[in-house]
Amino acid sequence: MTIENHPQNLQADWTYDPAPQSIEHVDIHDSYELFINGKFTSSKDGSYRDSINPATEKTLAKVAEAGVEDVDLAVEAARQAYEGPWSQMTAAERGKFLFRIARMIQERSRELAIVESLDGGKPIRESRDVDIPLAAAHFFYYAGWADKLDYAFPGRQAQSIGVAAQIIPWNFPLLMAAWKLAPALATGNTLVLKPAETTPLTAMILADIIREADLPPGVVNIVTGDGDLGKQLVRHPGIDKIAFTGSTAVGKEIMRALAGKDKRFTLELGGKAANIVFADAAIDQAIEGIVNSIFFNQGHVCCAGSRLFVEESVAQEVTQKLRERMETLIVGDPLDKNTDIGAINSIDQLKRIQSYVEIGQQEGGELYQSSCILPDTGYWHAPTLFSNVSQSHRIVQEEIFGPVLAIQTFRTVDEVIDKANNTPYGLSGGVWTDKGAKIFKVTRNIRAGVIWANTFNKFDPSSPFGGYKESGMGREGGVEGLLPYLNLTTNTR
Amino acid sequence: MNDRIDVRKTHKMFINGKFARSESERTFSWTTSDNKDSTNICRASRKDFRDSVLAAKNAFSGWSSRTAYNRAQIIYRCAEILEGRSAQLVEELRAQGLDPEDAQLEVRQTIDLLVYYAGWADKYQQLFSSVNPVSAPYFNFTALEATGVVAIIAPRESGLLGIVSAIAPALVGGNTCVTLISEEHPLCTASLSETLHTSDVPAGVVNLLTGFRSELIEQFSTHMEVNALIYFGEDKDEITQIETNAAENVKRVSICTRHDWEYESSLSPYAILRTQETKTTWHPIGF
Repeated sequence: MTIENHPQNLQADWTYDPAPQSIEHVDIHDSYELFINGKFTSSKDGSYRDSINPATEKTLAKVAEAGVEDVDLAVEAARQAYEGPWSQMTAAERGKFLFRIARMIQERSRELAIVESLDGGKPIRESRDVDIPLAAAHFFYYAGWADKLDYAFPGRQAQSIGVAAQIIPWNFPLLMAAWKLAPALATGNTLVLKPAETTPLTAMILADIIREADLPPGVVNIVTGDGDLGKQLVRHPGIDKIAFTGSTAVGKEIMRALAGKDKRFTLELGGKAANIVFADAAIDQAIEGIVNSIFFNQGHVCCAGSRLFVEESVAQEVTQKLRERMETLIVGDPLDKNTDIGAINSIDQLKRIQSYVEIGQQEGGELYQSSCILPDTGYWHAPTLFSNVSQSHRIVQEEIFGPVLAIQTFRTVDEVIDKANNTPYGLSGGVWTDKGAKIFKVTRNIRAGVIWANTFNKFDPSSPFGGYKESGMGREGGVEGLLPYLNLTTNTR
Repeated sequence: MNDRIDVRKTHKMFINGKFARSESERTFSWTTSDNKDSTNICRASRKDFRDSVLAAKNAFSGWSSRTAYNRAQIIYRCAEILEGRSAQLVEELRAQGLDPEDAQLEVRQTIDLLVYYAGWADKYQQLFSSVNPVSAPYFNFTALEATGVVAIIAPRESGLLGIVSAIAPALVGGNTCVTLISEEHPLCTASLSETLHTSDVPAGVVNLLTGFRSELIEQFSTHMEVNALIYFGEDKDEITQIETNAAENVKRVSICTRHDWEYESSLSPYAILRTQETKTTWHPIGF
């Protein structure tokens, strides 16, 4: 076979054959119950909510909806476990439970990845390669901290706080559960976790893992429901500490609800990150980075680089290349291994994104969308780029939480730093340049908790994550991630 | 006939590096503990607070980007200047009700506290930063940065040590601040301002207001350019008010008590952490 016989035609239509992830070994139950005191129990009033596959709009399972009494039971179970077995256990033994959970997540990783993609709409490639491995890694990392806490904070003795209420979002369901559970348990607390109402299924598998791991009953309790349930948890007198990941608006509500209550809390809230591309950057690499910064997980990422700043001299080139790259993104079936952009998590979120795209156009933004064909059923949104926008546009100021990028230009370093910081948020930022000194100048001056230089959207359990300003307070990951779950007391000065 | 008429001091506030009366031109009459003398103290207005926040905001990027060594020397210089003014401060504390020994002790402790924190300036970062072993080819490190503009409501019970131990940790950490000195103990304000002024603390980095807590607490806790609020006291209603208002822009609130300003118990790098943010930076390792 010679090359002549197979002339390469780069104009040809490059399509991918379907590469579906088999789901036959995954057993999704018809219904899932609350996980309280080590047992799966139905809610007191027997109500359920459907969990929908956003790619098909079909019901995957019905999930119990917790009410006031169920919350009381869960908090009570957590309290008894805290005062009982969990605090009496040595720290090393506590750690071993976490190691065990990490291993069991690894063992059931493909099942978890599939359910994550079915329930939330994210591409299987991401749930398989990012969400689930990172969730296991978080347990593994914090497991090792359990018996080493006295080394973490010099001059202080580390003590657990008590019962934590943890409320997590729908964008990284299992991963967020791991971010919350692992440090809380390693530090000796017990907890009540509330997954998001649109994505509860992997948390229920995690409950099963926790049960199989023989964790003492009540150490982890999982109650499912919506924002009202979250409110009950936040206001519950039996809770010592609240950890919340979600919108800034709800974060502020939580702060108000806790005012004067002398309760600990950490908040991981919204963002509107600046992603800055200098003319001396490796442009092709930066294009990949831009795509990853805003289209990863359909843009349902609090740290997404939704504000792109490109140095004026390369703006045209970057815009053109970005459009070409967007055109190649495969939007569709989350369970296809080639899919780049899956389904939008819910109909509500889709409407929200669509309304922002409308606003963007009304305010004079120039719209570009890839010409991908969206499936007829399910919730989908094409990758979207707005140019001709300025600092005052709502799509530049407000968090959209979808695959919508706004591009602006700049001329000087000081100018772009000012623009990057012109936001009430401060969660993350990105900078692309080949010049080391410039990287440090920019990364130092962006007021945000996580900065990626010549990369974007990277996460690791040893790497603290969290925001400045209205993006929240407290960190998850790393040594700092222990702090929200500890009282530090003096033993020496 | 020969009795000299002494030159009395006008008690002013300290805003943006300048000795200022309240723009409202209001004062309140403050009486020494022995009831012999009374003096007029500035009663800060909401506008004085806003002006101070603006000054602190403008001073932030300069102060937070000073080298740690430089910040250390400036704070150490504050201690040097206070040492030279000991007698005056003792007198002012006595006028506020302390007996000579306690006044002497409080001044010494205040000076020593400044020396203590000056020494932390180039060290807390090393203790609380980290290089993180991420499981991919990236260099990843976490470092501390100042939170920003800090509003401080100084303890009611102390005229000197409480004020300085509230300010010093924020200052060492690169923050700028606006401090409300209590209406009960306002007398050292001028001396403190003069100390800051002659120690090369840049204008706007520390702003000192005197006035009524009840009048200003709302502004302190609602201002959108204030990033953190440190409150000294145990008034439940005030704490609830502050924490409710803080939600407006997700202010970091620290509720502090006597334990947090008294000499022994207040000496801690963890006091610096109240007004620090952690920033994590990633960069690929490769080509």
